[in-house]
Amino acid sequence: MVNKRWGYWLFFAALFLAPFYLTEFRLSLLGKFLCFAIVAVGISLIWGYTGILSLGHGVYFGLGAYCMAMYLKLEASRGHLPDFMEWSGVRELPWFWKPFAHPMVAIAAAIALPTLLAALLSYLTFKNRIQGVYFSLLSQAVVVVFVTLFIGKQEWTGGTNGLTNFSTVFGFSLSSPLTQIVLYWLTAAVLALIFVMTRRLTTGQLGKVLIAIRDAENRVRFLGFNPTVYKVFVYSLSAAFAGVAGALFVLQVGLISPEMMGIIPSIEMVLWAAVGGRHSLMGAIIGAIVMNTAKSFLSENYPDLWLLLLGALFVVVVLFVPKGLAGIYESLAAVRIKEKRGHEREARVDVS
Amino acid sequence: MKPVLMCRDVVVDFDGFRALQGVDLAVYPHEVRFLIGPNGAGKTTLLDVICGRTRATDGRVLFFSHDITQRPEYEIVQIGIARKFQSPSIFPFLTVWENMELAMRQDRRLRSVLRAKLTGEEKEMMAAQLEKIGLLDERHRLAGSLSHGQKQWLEIGMQLIQRPQLLLLDEPIAGMSAAERERTGEWLHEMAEHCAVIIVEHDMDFVRRYSKQVTVMHEGKVLCEGSMDEVQQNEQVIDVYLGRRKNACYASGM
Repeated sequence: MVNKRWGYWLFFAALFLAPFYLTEFRLSLLGKFLCFAIVAVGISLIWGYTGILSLGHGVYFGLGAYCMAMYLKLEASRGHLPDFMEWSGVRELPWFWKPFAHPMVAIAAAIALPTLLAALLSYLTFKNRIQGVYFSLLSQAVVVVFVTLFIGKQEWTGGTNGLTNFSTVFGFSLSSPLTQIVLYWLTAAVLALIFVMTRRLTTGQLGKVLIAIRDAENRVRFLGFNPTVYKVFVYSLSAAFAGVAGALFVLQVGLISPEMMGIIPSIEMVLWAAVGGRHSLMGAIIGAIVMNTAKSFLSENYPDLWLLLLGALFVVVVLFVPKGLAGIYESLAAVRIKEKRGHEREARVDVS
Repeated sequence: MKPVLMCRDVVVDFDGFRALQGVDLAVYPHEVRFLIGPNGAGKTTLLDVICGRTRATDGRVLFFSHDITQRPEYEIVQIGIARKFQSPSIFPFLTVWENMELAMRQDRRLRSVLRAKLTGEEKEMMAAQLEKIGLLDERHRLAGSLSHGQKQWLEIGMQLIQRPQLLLLDEPIAGMSAAERERTGEWLHEMAEHCAVIIVEHDMDFVRRYSKQVTVMHEGKVLCEGSMDEVQQNEQVIDVYLGRRKNACYASGM
């Protein structure tokens, strides 16, 4: 237990020191991966702990990103209409764009909109006891709806191209390395905060209720809990994480498009948690970083092969290490404890 | 004495199949009431209606003076009706202690669970309950690794720690060894010091040994009530068990 805590400190210290040992390019990649890690923590919370498989987290990520991007776009347009609106023949800024001129409104919306959408979807489904694969399919249907909507409403959302060509945030140039480093630190800090918070939740009484819901929802109900409330709460919380991650993502990457919130990214999010070990929050974080590092390494070096290799990796994980990387670590640790106990027993025998 | 539970003319209709066709039942405080009857008589369905798992198509279920017929399950539990299921239903990936912790009488709303901490007194109560069911030494084990009989006991213990006023037990001794059955039987009447118990049981030897009041159900109706000796003399019961269904009843040992 003590060892584990040291491990966490080391991990986050390494993340915070990354600007001193990574190149600008690698750091920008890592910043992006940390956003994905934030999403993965949320996936681990709902899937690993509560047994809810969501194939719709791309939407929550995307909504957070678009909210932030609207603010960035307005700031880049300096009081004029955003460029893509002019191209689509829009004369005046639509009413719902106007509040996004204020950064605080944009940040609040980046968290609130995904949370509310997730609360609505999960309340309606869980209240009617729709669960398992049916819920997964519904959450995926939401992705299709939103992607179609965002592509179709080109004059409001920038269509397939999405929102891009930003210049400044709070008046600081987005292309300056210093701004990027500050944004990286902000992302690492948010990840650390969300990790600590989620860990506290899952190690407390709530964590037990969630695991209980995962394994025997009916028994939970007949112990006097209302599982719907708990499921809606964690699902909405994980959507809020995804929204925050989306906002941080767009600040660092400078682009959000419907493609990034679609079905494939949504499934990839689930796979990060699966590879890392969905029952472990740290596993999910490592999973997101490792998977995306592998993806960028393979696509840099073997552009034709990387999809195949990625697929092979998934198959190996699913078949041979269903508990993911965290599972491997845990079984190694268990062996070590056993060996240690064995030595102690031998030592005791020697004494007698 | 006021009954703990009153079922009045309860009907359950599963798309045309009438599982219960007007059941009346009154259970009094500190009573252990056995429900017996051939398979399909509606015993489990009746328990399901009482605890809210199945909705009654018609009729009313009264718990003291509350009408609980249309209440959601978790509210029915909160006002004092606990249910033990037929196959042991516990949380396999939590420890025995954590299983008990979840069952511990507490505020079940999200905002209080977020800050929940057990008091020393509650911990003592849990330890005492675990001692009672013989699982105190196993408290750090995962519940999934217990034997079948231990799981049954854990689930019963989880119901008792809620201090219910009515406990519903569905075949609690299924899969238990002879020694475990005996302990459970003796324990039943101790439980009744704190709450009323309704127990569905197929094992007629067990019913004979530990029952006082027996309700016989058949085809969704109550056939008769009384002591085991009385119901064994009842013409209708003999008819159901020995007459038309000679073979079926032979198998169930009556």
